[in-house]
Amino acid sequence: MDTPLINDLNICVATENGSGSASSNNILFKAIFKMGIPCSSKNMFPSNIQGLPTWYQIRASAEGYLSRKDVIDVMVMFNDATAAKDIYRVRDGGVILYDDSTPLSASLKRDGVQYVGFPANKLVAKLVPASPLRAKQRNMVYVGALAYLFGIDMSVIKSVLEDTFGKKPAVIESNLICIDAGYQYCKEQNYKQNIARLEPIPNGNQGKIITEGNTAAALGAIYGGASVICWYPITPSSSLAEAMEYYLPRLRKPKDGKKTYAIVQAEDEIASVGMVVGAGWAGARAMTSTSGPGVSLMNESIGLAYYAEIPSVFFIIQRGGPSTGLPTRTQQADISLMYGASHGDTRHIILIPHDMNSCFDLARQSFDYADRFQTPVFVAMDLDLGMNMWSSEPLKLNQDAYDYGKRLSAQNLEEWTKAGKKFRRYFDQDGDGIPYRTVPGNEHRLASYFTRGSGHDADARYSEDEHDYKYILDRLRKKFETARKFVPKPIIERERGVKTGIICYGSSFEPVREARDRLKARGLRTNHMLIRALPLTSEVRDFLAEHDTIYFVEQNRDGQMAAIIKDDWPELGAKIVSVLIYNGLPATPLEVVNQIFAAAQSAKTA
Amino acid sequence: MADAKLNRINLSEKDYDGAPSTMCRGCGHDAISASVQRAYFESSIDPRKVVKLSGIGCSSKTPAYFLSQSFGFNAVHGRMSAVATGANLANHALLPIGVSGDGDTSAIGLGNFCHMMRRNVNITYIIENNGVYGLTKGQFSATADVGSVMKGGKVNDIPAIDLAELAITLGATYVARSFSGDRKQLTPLVQGALAHKGSAILDVISPCVTFNNHEGSTKSLKYVKGHLDPIHDLDFIPPYENIEADYDEGTDHEVEMHDGSRIILHKLGQDYDPTNKLQAIQTIHGAIAEGKFLTGLIYYNPNRKEFAEELNLCDIPLSELTQDDLQPPLEALERINADLMK
Repeated sequence: MDTPLINDLNICVATENGSGSASSNNILFKAIFKMGIPCSSKNMFPSNIQGLPTWYQIRASAEGYLSRKDVIDVMVMFNDATAAKDIYRVRDGGVILYDDSTPLSASLKRDGVQYVGFPANKLVAKLVPASPLRAKQRNMVYVGALAYLFGIDMSVIKSVLEDTFGKKPAVIESNLICIDAGYQYCKEQNYKQNIARLEPIPNGNQGKIITEGNTAAALGAIYGGASVICWYPITPSSSLAEAMEYYLPRLRKPKDGKKTYAIVQAEDEIASVGMVVGAGWAGARAMTSTSGPGVSLMNESIGLAYYAEIPSVFFIIQRGGPSTGLPTRTQQADISLMYGASHGDTRHIILIPHDMNSCFDLARQSFDYADRFQTPVFVAMDLDLGMNMWSSEPLKLNQDAYDYGKRLSAQNLEEWTKAGKKFRRYFDQDGDGIPYRTVPGNEHRLASYFTRGSGHDADARYSEDEHDYKYILDRLRKKFETARKFVPKPIIERERGVKTGIICYGSSFEPVREARDRLKARGLRTNHMLIRALPLTSEVRDFLAEHDTIYFVEQNRDGQMAAIIKDDWPELGAKIVSVLIYNGLPATPLEVVNQIFAAAQSAKTA
Repeated sequence: MADAKLNRINLSEKDYDGAPSTMCRGCGHDAISASVQRAYFESSIDPRKVVKLSGIGCSSKTPAYFLSQSFGFNAVHGRMSAVATGANLANHALLPIGVSGDGDTSAIGLGNFCHMMRRNVNITYIIENNGVYGLTKGQFSATADVGSVMKGGKVNDIPAIDLAELAITLGATYVARSFSGDRKQLTPLVQGALAHKGSAILDVISPCVTFNNHEGSTKSLKYVKGHLDPIHDLDFIPPYENIEADYDEGTDHEVEMHDGSRIILHKLGQDYDPTNKLQAIQTIHGAIAEGKFLTGLIYYNPNRKEFAEELNLCDIPLSELTQDDLQPPLEALERINADLMK
């Protein structure tokens, strides 16, 4: 007889989307969080408003692991359409909760799992007056059932309801009635399970926040000085712009009673990027937020911003491609697209957050990079990071002064003139590849010039001359090489004498962290490097050189970041063994471990 | 030599010059540039407060040929409306002028153009239109009328986009049409547009000297080639004089194009009231039915707020705000963190 695990539990709730299950799942998750137990949630929702299946996974992990676990201990089977498959998603020895208002069909019975039934529909019919709300309240019943079975105190649930619905006591009351009905029913039936127990950890999550990456990034952008935000809705990036719509009026103090920001929902992505480029050209901190398909549309104007050297920030929340792909699934498959966006020889700076605090901080910094390097800057996130609820340390603000880069005011121009220095818009004044710029509104007689996406010389004059053209292209490359020294450095964890390294970026951080612990337990010690930006820095090259074997974990099919490494350092890059996870679901530690062992095995037998 | 005339801010017309034009000699666009430059001078507008925007095309090159003291941005094909909108958001104190062509605005740029006007973005937007009635014969244009002759003699049977009508329907608040060679009409229309706060759309018919070849034209390249001494360079484009027009309000005027074809312009009369939207559209249609192009100030609405004002942007341009204006206090973040702990 197995001893129940304490605070190590993976619950999957299968419901129909639009049925109000988001509400009940949220309460469940927050209740476990409030008990002080480290926990994470992964929402697998369909690209649809109502009626398609959705699965919500809540993982409690005493050890603090936050990645998606693919072994499911408990299945709440509340969607008839997916029940036939759902019964096999749960592990042997696991528990299935279901609504037994109608008896379970024989085809949905399998061996090796414990079935716990409660008549949710019937209970709700007695307690809730007939209305569309009734379907919603049905989901609250399983919250109560889970609470009883696994040990969530009803007082915690009540407290979460108060936090969530504080201003609507009637809603709290009606939810509580249904949750309690599930709880009491299971108690009266004396249901027991033996696989796990949830026990409160005093102050376990004290001081921690729960948020989604898009909210953290939006806050970072606001703190970073974004003043022109032009966007077009697309899953999974819309909630970033919407968070800005929510927080800007609350955070930005008005000037003469009016707004210090313009947020415009444009007619499409091409208009969005056009507006961002126009605003960046005119000297405002301008940004957009989109996903892969949006980047495809924006390519032309990204090239314009690159060649005409206009600061602009792009938040890209990646999803399953290609084409319309899987709008509601996660992926890291737009790395190459962002890196070389637009025709011609282009290379872009990309900042890559991996948790809530880096979403906040890299968003804040993105505007400094854009202004400093006078170029498009991408902040690459993904659906997992952007739209799932993560627990995290509170968002920390770095209060450094904004870096507006080499921007010359009228006064600067006057000083230059007196010193005999000439302002030449596209000239490599300082030898770092970064020219100086002026911005419309600067009324000095030497300030104005014509910006163009067509060939130009170092003085911004139209030019088809071969020397002028090459000069600009070479200087742009030089500017990019300068950026290599300034972009966020990788985070490295290394022990001496360990010769196997694992590299990853973004939301792969959590599954890789857990995978490394499992590999270590099975005798394979690894060092780790988390890449946080492109262009790749010298630390990446050094890490490659130090290790005999390198596993590169990415959530795309073609090993896009590995290809970039191989391009930068072909000999060192040849060591890379790609670990590729790309089914649209957040990567799991098991997938990482399995692929590494398989690769290690075939390396031995080779 | 007498002193050059100075405007109210002590600038001469030369202070509004730009670089030398690279347009073909006789091009209608140069005539428009001259009217635009004259308008700025006459209205005593400070060039340092002006930003010049354009897309891609012959007309889009022209902002370099006037007001060299002003910042300019030659963007990408069809997207100048969006770029202008963004620039306006960043600094609504700047006075934008956008120069575009019929391809840039009515083909690839149609979507962005419509939405810019819906928002009533503050801009003087000039379409240098050489597509109407197949003025650039052989080249596709969305403004080419049904019945105009295209390359190879094919007659266009797809309805034209009338940019003035479109502008009126979609919310532009100053809509005018003119002819590049009618300096007397065009300059004051530009001045009116410059003074207007909101989307001021000028559809200006501008004959192309080069791409107006078709069978039977006495000025076509084929005719000229056939009649030139063979030792001449076959890339020769004969110089033309700009076509001018000068006619009274309320009257018609027939204009002969470089290739011998003719269009009829009808200038709106003194008694025309431009503030009635429905009447404006009907008047345009009436002229079309008679085979004429309506010129003058067709529609005017002084009552709509411009976009930046609708958005309630602060008086100081967003581009000039400081970190103190833009970065919320640390305490605010601490409060948000506290909220997110619940």
